[in-house]
Amino acid sequence: MKGGRRAGLALYAVFALLFLHLPLLILALFSFNASRFTVWQGFSLHWYQEAFHDAELAESTWNSLIIAAVATVLSTVIGTLCAYGLWKRRAPVLSNSLYLSLVTPEIVTGISLLAFYQWVFRFLHVQLGMHTVILAHISFSIAYVVIVVMARLRTVDAKLEEAALDLGANEWQAFRFVTLPVIWPGVIAAALLAFTVSFDDYVITSLVAGVDSETLPMAIYALARRGVSPMVNAISAVIVFGLGVLILVSERLRSA
Amino acid sequence: MNRLRAWFLAPSWIVTVSLFLVPLAIILFYSFLTRGNYGGVVLDWSSDSYRRLADPLYGMILLRTFWIAGVSSLLCMLLGFPLALFISRSGARKNLYLSLVILPFWTSFLVRTYAWMFLLRDTGLINTALQSMGLIHSPLPLLYNDGAVILGLVYSYLPFMVLPLYATLERLDPNLLEAAADLGAKPGATLMRVILPLCAPGIRAGTVLVFIPCLGAYLTPDLLGGGKSVMAGNLIQNQFTNARDWPFGSAAALALMAIVMLLLLAFVRSDQEGLL
Repeated sequence: MKGGRRAGLALYAVFALLFLHLPLLILALFSFNASRFTVWQGFSLHWYQEAFHDAELAESTWNSLIIAAVATVLSTVIGTLCAYGLWKRRAPVLSNSLYLSLVTPEIVTGISLLAFYQWVFRFLHVQLGMHTVILAHISFSIAYVVIVVMARLRTVDAKLEEAALDLGANEWQAFRFVTLPVIWPGVIAAALLAFTVSFDDYVITSLVAGVDSETLPMAIYALARRGVSPMVNAISAVIVFGLGVLILVSERLRSA
Repeated sequence: MNRLRAWFLAPSWIVTVSLFLVPLAIILFYSFLTRGNYGGVVLDWSSDSYRRLADPLYGMILLRTFWIAGVSSLLCMLLGFPLALFISRSGARKNLYLSLVILPFWTSFLVRTYAWMFLLRDTGLINTALQSMGLIHSPLPLLYNDGAVILGLVYSYLPFMVLPLYATLERLDPNLLEAAADLGAKPGATLMRVILPLCAPGIRAGTVLVFIPCLGAYLTPDLLGGGKSVMAGNLIQNQFTNARDWPFGSAAALALMAIVMLLLLAFVRSDQEGLL
């Protein structure tokens, strides 16, 4: 009887995990379908070739990579400094604002940034473009970086820095040569996470992007809206695989 | 002493104030202005936008949003509880199963939503398969309805429910279950009267973690609801794009945000175990 319940629970867990993974696996499987329609007609790399040669996709991928790279570097630096600053010195307004930015619905963040940019543009002669997207991405990635780096800092023994200071290091040297090397895996994990959330964002990006800054998620959204093209499956498979690898590395580094 | 640390906080202060707090202040400001004839706002103070929120049309959208978020959270709890229970009892494989639950969450929200479009649309996998088996003659309307939106939300946010449930189940003392059995409780009674009450904090945390993003959902109803299933997020987006009524869009956005914050505050006060 007890074994039977246990088996029932295990069977249920298999179904629940399939529910979480099967849709993406099926999506990826059909990216290798020779046919345009959702009927399996044999293996083919046709859709990958088509996606690879699509000029619009190439440009939006390039935009996404630039935006994610710049936003990742800046948000990782700013977020790491912030986590270190908050490590012992409490700043409730700042840390609560960061948490608030995490729970604010993306659509609210997006429209408030759009309203802000339009207001700033009254005084400056600029328009929406890559820069506005990058600034938005930095703003929403910092909280993720702070949380990941902070988790790592909590495992650091504060006496290490005290020892460095006693031995004549100044505060900057104690940070740069003692604490930073210890938290480095956490910093890299945070950067990978920031890259993932930046590369994948659609809602905020679509609101603050200009005509010359269409990102890959925006291009995929447009294709998905238009109808069936297995090309979307092909790009999706590449994205899921790429981001999946980044996340696995990030998890590894965090638990290391 | 720690002057360096103060300097370290400066960049994040600048970003948070200029790119988060000031933008929120601006939509607060805009929400009290009047819409311009060609979009934008004109400096004409008014509280009309807030009064319009009370209009039954928008009240209905808010109710729908609550309804869809509520059903999704409930389904996440029903689906997530047995999974969390299973994982908490899997010994050495726990971490593997947990990774399997979390991994899809980080892989592209957009792609995961598209995966359901691919499965559910008229020419999608499910309809094609059912038709080729001769079970149906015309495609079933699986996509572009509330059911598809709820399915997409449950699929997206199930990990948010499983993690806190797992955290409380993990801490559950197995002796308590043995004691219940020794005292003659049947498994069903142990579940209802021992496990569930002890898991209440995890259930509360999971429900909040699922309910809040569902309230603010935009992409899922947009893609899977196809314009028929309008939630608060879509209403706000529409005011800033097609309808060009920024004051009203701002008021709606702030109302949504206020609801989210009240829910969180109420929860944080009752969260004794620090699950958030």
